[in-house]
Amino acid sequence: MNILTERPNAGASRWAGAIPASVFVVLALALLVGAPQVLSSFRLSLLARFCCYAMVALGIGLAWGRGGMLTLGQGLFFGLGAYLMAMHLKLADAGQGQVPDFMLLYGDGKVPGWWEPFRSPILTLVAIPLVPGLVALILGLAVFKRRVKGAYFTILSQALAAAFAIFLVGQQTTTGGTNGLNGFRSFFGYALNDPVNKATLYYIAAATLLVMIAGMWFLYRSRYNELLIAVRDGEERVRFLGYDPANVKVFAYVVAAVLAGIGGALFVPIAGIISPADVGVLPSIGFLIGVAIGGRHTLLGPVLGTIGVAAAQNTLSESFPSFWTYFQGALFIVVVAFLPGGLAQLTGTLRRRRPASTASAAAHNPTPARESTG
Amino acid sequence: MSIDYLEIQGLRVEFDGFVAVDGVDLTVMQGDLRFLIGPNGAGKTTLIDAITGLVPATGSAYYGTHNLLRRKSHEIARLGVCRTFQTAQVFEELSVLQNLDMAAGSGRKARTLLRRRRSVPDIVQEALETIALTDHADQGAGSLAHGQKQWLEIGMLLVQNAQVLLLDEPVAGMSAQEREDTGQLLRRIGQERTVIVVEHDMDFMRSFANSVTVLHAGKVLSEGTVAQVQADPQVQAVYLGHAGTEPVHVTDGADRSETVNKGRP
Repeated sequence: MNILTERPNAGASRWAGAIPASVFVVLALALLVGAPQVLSSFRLSLLARFCCYAMVALGIGLAWGRGGMLTLGQGLFFGLGAYLMAMHLKLADAGQGQVPDFMLLYGDGKVPGWWEPFRSPILTLVAIPLVPGLVALILGLAVFKRRVKGAYFTILSQALAAAFAIFLVGQQTTTGGTNGLNGFRSFFGYALNDPVNKATLYYIAAATLLVMIAGMWFLYRSRYNELLIAVRDGEERVRFLGYDPANVKVFAYVVAAVLAGIGGALFVPIAGIISPADVGVLPSIGFLIGVAIGGRHTLLGPVLGTIGVAAAQNTLSESFPSFWTYFQGALFIVVVAFLPGGLAQLTGTLRRRRPASTASAAAHNPTPARESTG
Repeated sequence: MSIDYLEIQGLRVEFDGFVAVDGVDLTVMQGDLRFLIGPNGAGKTTLIDAITGLVPATGSAYYGTHNLLRRKSHEIARLGVCRTFQTAQVFEELSVLQNLDMAAGSGRKARTLLRRRRSVPDIVQEALETIALTDHADQGAGSLAHGQKQWLEIGMLLVQNAQVLLLDEPVAGMSAQEREDTGQLLRRIGQERTVIVVEHDMDFMRSFANSVTVLHAGKVLSEGTVAQVQADPQVQAVYLGHAGTEPVHVTDGADRSETVNKGRP
């Protein structure tokens, strides 16, 4: 946390303001133009997955970087969005009034009542942001109104993700249990094995991510952003300014949950599977690593960090299957110990050093220069 | 604004059997600049904590028709009863302007909050001038001098449209000139407000207090003008350790040793 106090002034808000539109444009061009040209369809599909993770990371950047809520349970919201989408895809594959294959295999061959509404594509699309958002709203109000914070909140969020994964495992007949839901054949009527449709899915994921970043950019320039930073740094003080800090935190938590839910929903057709292993404790921690390494205080740090870590993980684990875990652990330790602001801190340090040195040179020039010569 | 005043009756705060504030009655009128003094542990800060909803208390603390003791801190602040803390608590990551703008905005709608600040609200601009920080508006609050931070806190109370200002040691650590300026500022803003100052600095109190309440061991020991309070033998006993008419308190030793440090530089 000492990076917060080390920064000379107005750090966080200046960082958001200083992210030039040009960086965003470069990222947009890289994702929408560069990557499809350079990458094979296999790699592109991987990048699409990373974009989904980056959506979760963007939300964590808001909740943790700005709001100080270290959430170790975003797998819950990612999973909610993902399972909603997966349920719809299974029902759509089965066809009108039919039963998804795994239910015939493991269950009594009947579609449970709570599955039925997700036959409707529109209702599914509405539910994907709504359900994670509502769950986060209820959880957030329960937690933050009671002034649960810090490590207690972190542990609680982690426990929820664990409980969710355990619940899913136990529901073999309705959620596919440990196997999860997989074997999707189509996505809103488009065949998933068609390379063109696969590329389209990538474009959808990348564009969604870019829209989210743009939205977050506006949020980081708003008065709410200042309020959220204030709540992070002095929750009690904010209370005496006439705000209820719980509401401020709940909003950030809900936004993070909605982003995670959408990320999860898009992950399903791209990865072709969602299982408890994708939503439990380990993936929830995994979401955090990219955010910490990229720089949680910045807008793009969590996004670039997550994509970077995921890409490195894939490349390295292809060549050295057992090596990656150690490397990831070491990287995490190095960042936490030496770069608490993540890799984004490096660019910030460089940017700061330059004007500071010229300013101090100007300040020192007039008299001391003469003194030293004399 | 109608003539509202703060009326506290029988206020009592107890922590696990220890009575920090023991049946305090206190009425402070609008336009008064009331100093709250007393040895360490007298219950001054606890009294303010109770009024602003930080610690639970029994009794009553009415501002206008509202009993503050049943309310949450942020509701009390919205009623116009606002406070500062012993150590200046400003948001160091944010600029002076951002600190003030936030303090001014507790009534803002969500839509306004989610947008950029397009212009500086008038009340914030005025406060910047009042606290002499106009030139520092865009400076990070963390890089302000100690005295300036305390001024910023007072400015935040002003833009909150505070009607009752509860200031906990506003001049601690300030230079003589800064104290003088702060005193003048409190006088100015106190004309149409109710100001209560907890202070250990006796010179500052003598210079600027309209009225004084002395607390001791959670009770009101004496109340009146500076001269009246200073002439009160009970106050002298507490402050000077004069063991006269009162039975000697066993715990007084600790209190007394700390009162020596009261007029810190």
